[in-house]
Amino acid sequence: MDENGLRELIGRVKRGTLSRRGFVRRMAAVGFTAPMATQLLAISGVSAQTAPEAVPPYPGTRRGGGGPLRVLYWQAQTLLNPHFAVGTTNQDAARVFYEPLAGWAADGTLHPILAAEIPSVDNGGLAEDGRSVTWKLKRGVKWHDGQDFSADDVVFNWEYGRHPATAGVTSGSYRGVNVVKVDDHTVRVEFERPTPFWADTFVASRGMLIPKHKFQDFVGANSRDAPTNLRPVGTGAYRFVSFTPGDTLRGELNPTYHAENRPFFDTLEIKGGGDAASAARAVLQTGDFDFAWSLRVEDDLLRRLESAGRGVVSYLPTGGIEHIQLNRTDPNVEVNGERAHASTQHPAFRDPAVRQAIALLVDRDSVQRFIYGRGGVATGNFLNQPPRFASPNTRPEFSIEKANEVLDAAGWVRGRDGIRAKDGVRLRFVFQTSVSAPRQRTQAIVKQAALRAGIDIELKSVVGSVFFSADVGNPDTYTKFFADIQMYNTTMPQADPQLFMNQFTSWELSTRENRWQGRNITRWHSDEYDALFRAAEGELDPVRRAAMFIRMNDLVVGSNHIIPLMNQRLVNGHLKNLRPVLSGWENTLWLLRDWHRVA
Amino acid sequence: MIAIPSLLGISVILFTVLALAPGDPFEELATNPAIPPEVRLQLRASLGMDDPIYIRYFRWLFAMLQGEWGFSFVSRINVDQLILQRLPTTLIVIGSSQILALAIALPVGVLAATRPYSIFDQVVNTLAFVGFSLPTFFTGLLFIMFFSIWLGWLPFVYNTNITATGWQWWWEHIRQSIMPVLVLGLFQGAAWTRFVRSAVLDVIRLDHVTTARAKGLPESRVTIRHVVRNALIPVVTLVALQMPIVFGGAIVTEQIFRVPGIGSLLITAILANDTPVIMAVTFVFACLVIFFNLLADIIYGWLDPRISYR
Repeated sequence: MDENGLRELIGRVKRGTLSRRGFVRRMAAVGFTAPMATQLLAISGVSAQTAPEAVPPYPGTRRGGGGPLRVLYWQAQTLLNPHFAVGTTNQDAARVFYEPLAGWAADGTLHPILAAEIPSVDNGGLAEDGRSVTWKLKRGVKWHDGQDFSADDVVFNWEYGRHPATAGVTSGSYRGVNVVKVDDHTVRVEFERPTPFWADTFVASRGMLIPKHKFQDFVGANSRDAPTNLRPVGTGAYRFVSFTPGDTLRGELNPTYHAENRPFFDTLEIKGGGDAASAARAVLQTGDFDFAWSLRVEDDLLRRLESAGRGVVSYLPTGGIEHIQLNRTDPNVEVNGERAHASTQHPAFRDPAVRQAIALLVDRDSVQRFIYGRGGVATGNFLNQPPRFASPNTRPEFSIEKANEVLDAAGWVRGRDGIRAKDGVRLRFVFQTSVSAPRQRTQAIVKQAALRAGIDIELKSVVGSVFFSADVGNPDTYTKFFADIQMYNTTMPQADPQLFMNQFTSWELSTRENRWQGRNITRWHSDEYDALFRAAEGELDPVRRAAMFIRMNDLVVGSNHIIPLMNQRLVNGHLKNLRPVLSGWENTLWLLRDWHRVA
Repeated sequence: MIAIPSLLGISVILFTVLALAPGDPFEELATNPAIPPEVRLQLRASLGMDDPIYIRYFRWLFAMLQGEWGFSFVSRINVDQLILQRLPTTLIVIGSSQILALAIALPVGVLAATRPYSIFDQVVNTLAFVGFSLPTFFTGLLFIMFFSIWLGWLPFVYNTNITATGWQWWWEHIRQSIMPVLVLGLFQGAAWTRFVRSAVLDVIRLDHVTTARAKGLPESRVTIRHVVRNALIPVVTLVALQMPIVFGGAIVTEQIFRVPGIGSLLITAILANDTPVIMAVTFVFACLVIFFNLLADIIYGWLDPRISYR
């Protein structure tokens, strides 16, 4: 679909001859996902008020009466303040009690929670220049302690989150924006420059709102001392009962909840700890629990447990991508005492033929079939989700023959030991990754194929807590990348690729100067990419913007410095009679208020 | 008196090892592009993680002397609170497994020793051998497979918040504790049975036992007063020394059955590089070792007055 066709469709929605839902469906048919389709409508002046079908209809006719809901996490919750919630487990725990203004439904539409409506150009919420968004707050919302929820609370969260000494993990969403209280039930978020993706501040996992009256004395350095950190007072459908960090979180129905007839369950228990395999058993096989989060176990086992007939496994698409990186810099040479200095070039990978050969030696199909199963989708793109951003131009291929041809043509000759070399450079590489069974098995698959093309790969695995650490003194962290090849999974935190794709810009290079905190780990960069990224940051036309991100993906993947493997999926399990409302763009418990049971 | 310098020494070693160990409690932040790297650096700085080791040690030591155990990097609450939350469960589960182990080891071991090489003795020996050869993670999984999944009798997820009251409450607690207690208790009991048997065998051949029998004392009295009491001394040493180790050994069992004890606190803290918690828990272990040593000395004195301090 080209730009004109798209504009015509949007025009039809505006005139009312095409429903919003119909529009989203048509967009989906041509590869646009719902989140972007909705945003597209919003930015083009059509109200993004969620269609009632965006989330499954809630059949409850009265509050409560559903008995207990028992949820099992193999990773235990450790804290309950959303601004400190490291990792999805803790975000989920906080999400039970705290709510954002809006969340992302499974079909990608924004679903209002504490907002009265979703801002759009039409309803005056969204500025046409993309520089501000005005949120109208739902009226009659009360905190669990009976106080009224108002615009002051929203503004306070911005002040709290962006305070450097608070060191909140939400700070990224609150920096570079200005939040103004318009009246008691209206706030305006102002951006420094035109912002195509405006729905980040106060939305979804990093937008959960804490009450001003409980936290105002605990901003900054003493934020840790707030008693409410462990006894949350939120607006959610369940109230706090008790919490043992690392073990159990309990909640009970909130009788003054602001959405009618919700929640369904009388009590809620979230048990943490143990391992994923037994969590799967506790739901799918014995039915002791209603829901188990993130069942990262072999697909075979899940299939066997599912056959018991008590529960089902669900899969949600995410943007997470397991990929292989080829170092652009030389990890074995020091410049001014810094290994893998940005000014160096990798002696073998400087030759595009070598990179191409390695890309040809990655057998994605086997990796998918024998290692990831239903938990991942083999892909040749770095940017896969939302599908509208997935490039149609990449053709991943596995061919040892072709790899050999490419290397032969480029003059890499096999030595007596069968390993290729050219001008004194031998194709011997160190391939590192974190310790995890699927990764080590993937490494082995790559190594075997490489050997048949005259490339010798030495496998190295580093304990996860070291590999993914920010420890400046340790040479084995992935951000340092003092190896030739490495592999890991990088996650996409929101339904928009901007934040995700900044990891190949030249200003994000990971160097000693920034204590290896830069996100560009391979240190690959190109002027075209930089220019595209800068342009996309301010591009308000969603179609042109999507094209830019697709081009960026093609540049990165085309360089073969990045070899995408698996687009990860979220795997959860639940009892057959439970109806959880899940979304791939959101926390697991994002719409816990709508969870219910059927007979 | 020797306890204090040894505790200090232990704390120095623990602290240095932990400080030198690689890793970072904020690794999850590292792969999340939504979190600016400055936040991570700020967090590290605010927790004092960038200071030299000796400064951090003395800061920890002075705080500890004032009764402040520090706070967990991960959950941002005080470590003593975390430990206290888990103490009751640990004591109940581990405590009952130790009692079970003793309840098996003492009578069975003594009985086997009084009838050496009988059928009973041989059966006991074989079972004990099997018992302590099987690691707890294996028996644990085996029990779950058998009792929870195949028979469906017992729950395999430990629940600390049982809402039932009265007898029901007790019953629920017992039901969920059976498997972890059995796994730990049988393992420990098997090892101790063999030990008790050999200790009793050593004593039963001694002259004073023969004398007692010659005086015409009934066999039960001979066994209890003259044999067992003397044989208990090495057993007490072993049991006392193993008490603290059992807290550590329970890590695996606690993880399998999701028992929120101190062992599982330690293992999650280690996995998350939560130094203050690891430090505090290991330090508590160290204190327990020293305490139980002391306890063993006191019990010696009671069992054999010749050993007691004059």
